[in-house]
Amino acid sequence: MTTLAPVEVIDTGSDEELAEDRPWVVIVWNDPINLMAYVTFVFQKLFGYSREKATALMMDVHHKGRAVVSSGNREKAELDVFRLHEHGLWATMQHDE
Amino acid sequence: MFRIEETDENNFDLHLSPEEQDLLARLGDQLRDLLLQGDSDALVRLFPPAYTQDEEKEAEFRKLMRDDLLAGKLNAIEVVEQTAAAQSVTAEQLHAWMTAINDLRLVLGTVLDVTEDMDDVPANDPRAEQFALYGYLSSLLAEIVEALGGW
Repeated sequence: MTTLAPVEVIDTGSDEELAEDRPWVVIVWNDPINLMAYVTFVFQKLFGYSREKATALMMDVHHKGRAVVSSGNREKAELDVFRLHEHGLWATMQHDE
Repeated sequence: MFRIEETDENNFDLHLSPEEQDLLARLGDQLRDLLLQGDSDALVRLFPPAYTQDEEKEAEFRKLMRDDLLAGKLNAIEVVEQTAAAQSVTAEQLHAWMTAINDLRLVLGTVLDVTEDMDDVPANDPRAEQFALYGYLSSLLAEIVEALGGW
């Protein structure tokens, strides 16, 4: 009879690599130029959000100064930021806090 | 009368005066010049940073994305120029109008340093004309969004 010794999992990833696995969030910041209806429309168009959800996010941006509009791995977040920049929105990305 | 009228899901009639058509083509031309010159403070809102806390990642992002972002903006301007005098446009073309006009607003708004609760600018203000132009582009953009969103 043999027993399987527990396999020790060796973590070879550096702290930085581990940090990379944490989800990223995409944030849209309030600005005095973009029209409210325009921002709502862009959220619907880019993310497929309902009118209701897009409006709620836009109101968050307007009243709270910022809103998280999407999240995911780094690649997805960068693409979302790019698409928001294509539409002139002030978007940045950072690790989920 | 509305300046943009949805005729079916993918087509929109345009009702712009010749003056408006000329103005939009001319503004597009000016924006293209500004974009091709590159480094201007007026363009900061068109190329915002993605990473504000990591210079290295921001540099990578810029390297990867900036050319595509610029190409998209130039393409939208071209669509506006080519269709400025058209009787009707497709949804895709109208979407290009939307982003180009918003880019123009971002540049003008940056130059004029607009704020959210801005009072009317007096007629004798040297920037009155630019503010009027900003207001015109805002109302046209609102109509485009309304038409595209089916609102």
